[in-house]
Amino acid sequence: MRPRRVLVTGVARPLGAQAATALAADPDIESVVGVDTVTPDADLGRTRFVRADIRHPLIAKVISTAEIDTVLHLNVIATPLGAGGRTAMKEINVIGTMQLLAACQKARSVSKLVVKSTTSIYGSSARDPALFAEDTEPRSLPTAGYAKDAVEVEGYVRGFSRRRPDIAVTVLRFTNVLGPQSDSPLARYLDLPVVPTVLGFDPRIQLLHSDDALAVLLRAARGSHAGTFNVAGEGVLLLSQAIRRAGRANLPVPFPAIGMLGGVARRLRLVDFSAEQLDLLAHGRAVDTERLVSVFGYRPRYSTVETFDNFVQHRDLRFTLDHELVSRVEHGLTGSLRRRWLMGSS
Amino acid sequence: MPSRDEDAKIIPLPGDERSGSPGSPHPSRRSAGPRVPPPPSAAAHNGTAPRDAADPSEAAEQGEGADLHEGADLHEGADLHEGADSPEGADSPDEAERSGASPRAAGDLEAALAGALAFLRRRITGDYVVDEHGFDADLTEHVIAPLLRPLYKDYFRVETRGLENIPDTGGALVVANHSGTLPMDALMMATAILDHHPAHRNLRMLAADLVFAVPFLAPLARKIGNTLACQPDAERLLNAGHLVGVWPEGFKGVGKPFSERYTLQRFGRGGFVSSALRTGVPIIPCTIVGAEEIYPMIGNAKTLARLLGLPYVPITPTFPWLGLLGLIPLPSKWIIEFGEPVPTDTYPAEAADDPLLVFELTDSIRETIQHTLYSLLMQRRSVFF
Repeated sequence: MRPRRVLVTGVARPLGAQAATALAADPDIESVVGVDTVTPDADLGRTRFVRADIRHPLIAKVISTAEIDTVLHLNVIATPLGAGGRTAMKEINVIGTMQLLAACQKARSVSKLVVKSTTSIYGSSARDPALFAEDTEPRSLPTAGYAKDAVEVEGYVRGFSRRRPDIAVTVLRFTNVLGPQSDSPLARYLDLPVVPTVLGFDPRIQLLHSDDALAVLLRAARGSHAGTFNVAGEGVLLLSQAIRRAGRANLPVPFPAIGMLGGVARRLRLVDFSAEQLDLLAHGRAVDTERLVSVFGYRPRYSTVETFDNFVQHRDLRFTLDHELVSRVEHGLTGSLRRRWLMGSS
Repeated sequence: MPSRDEDAKIIPLPGDERSGSPGSPHPSRRSAGPRVPPPPSAAAHNGTAPRDAADPSEAAEQGEGADLHEGADLHEGADLHEGADSPEGADSPDEAERSGASPRAAGDLEAALAGALAFLRRRITGDYVVDEHGFDADLTEHVIAPLLRPLYKDYFRVETRGLENIPDTGGALVVANHSGTLPMDALMMATAILDHHPAHRNLRMLAADLVFAVPFLAPLARKIGNTLACQPDAERLLNAGHLVGVWPEGFKGVGKPFSERYTLQRFGRGGFVSSALRTGVPIIPCTIVGAEEIYPMIGNAKTLARLLGLPYVPITPTFPWLGLLGLIPLPSKWIIEFGEPVPTDTYPAEAADDPLLVFELTDSIRETIQHTLYSLLMQRRSVFF
């Protein structure tokens, strides 16, 4: 069923703002309502912005008065916006989702719900298979942070879809989104001049380009694709390889020490290094996107490597190690080698 | 010893399969599936000195931007196998003729150095492909394989039989006995297939989860082709047409006392058979003789093992008494024999869910390997010769 009146939560964030703008630009869609606690900086086109907290029952009124039929829930967040910290973040993620779902359950007009989740719900450990499929039972459930919130949110969403089987529920598990404008913890981490890594480990990381993330959201909003899907760019990068591709230097830190270093970095507001990200830095995580391609019908335009290279180019990272220099040195050495052999043999 | 093999121990091989320009996001697709090697004759031709020598020099003369490695189709392994398999110098007259003024040795060395430089450049700039399981073909073929080759050829003097039982393409599951305290047998089996099988296939190995929890070992294991021994990973690799190696005895096999040498332990729970049945790939039984004697485990420091969270801490005649020297394996003489493939595509689709059939197949493969072990032991003249 084509969406006519869409509600987008979390429009103050880049992905939410882009999704709202793109939907608002679609002439087939009657109205787009954007909700967030903070007024968005970006111009959202003809999106009607309602400054509301989805943690309050007010959201039910917004849905019923606007006769919303499609809800895009993008407000499950990895980092607290502005002040607030972890407690506020958990409130927004878990209580906010509960309120929103309660409102959707009452509203007769709603027929579709799209929830942005994360692949970090799989956790990461040495005992996990190389790729997580949507139905893989994770060996270790995340115990803290964003990942734990996402696990709880998905639990509530499953309960909701049992109570309202007439609503098509799409859960999109995004991997780390990276784009030219990204300001995610991962982007800030890779922006450090010397990147701390876990000594003795080299995780596989998987990335999703922000353009692909947006395209997947819009496709989910427009079509009917009930189910849970992993969303990630094709292929993987090793962290060491990524650091080398960005011309950075890495600083291996023993596992216990990196936790303390992360704490210091958090206090200095450099990078948010939480426990789940630590596990990711040691064991890595990659997901199987077969269902995204075959069932959902979308193949990401950017592979993991292309996403990363694109990020590096647009960020204009200062190269600690210039790749062109490396190439030139190589050519110079082979050239001089060649000359020496020619002279020696003639 | 042929001089080229000496080079190979320390220097990455001359050829470079990448044809993409530096910095291109997908320089090579080769790790995506089994590589198709050039026919032996082509390899012999391409792998000779003049071709190798010419490319880097051309590029160097053209200045920057030119790709160093015109010979993108070179199979770098082929160069070595030539040296290993054929009498040294068999092809030299031909080479000397084509290489013109520059002497062969010089050209070889130069190509080797150019190859090493190109490899270093790729490593420094991160310009290589790692597949979704973390397998790094560039590192495996240019660093790990050259390091293992002398062990294979000169130290353990491995005699490999039945390589023709391994298909050139498509998925297959190699099932072998496990022994030797440290899993050296897996590395030697992978070397045998990479170096001496006509298709030079990379063996993808299934390893215990402990491997992926140990610092330094974990990333290395993934880079050389290991992944977790679990049903999803095994079937993903087999479905993608990879050659997969499995050691179903696991720690019970590799860490058994020396007194129990050459007696097979329980073959896991038969998970490998159901994976093969589900993917319809042949099972190739493989028997390894000689690995049992490299670190004769005469004792097990159980308390220490429990403290460290390890399945066993070996005590051998040399370890820990001689410290690090005790880590040098004894130079036993090895035989690796690949047996007749057992087809699994003749069974109906639901066969994988029939535990009785799975147990039966598991037992029959175990029996095959045990019998081959006995017959190879009969043929072996002594442990060390």
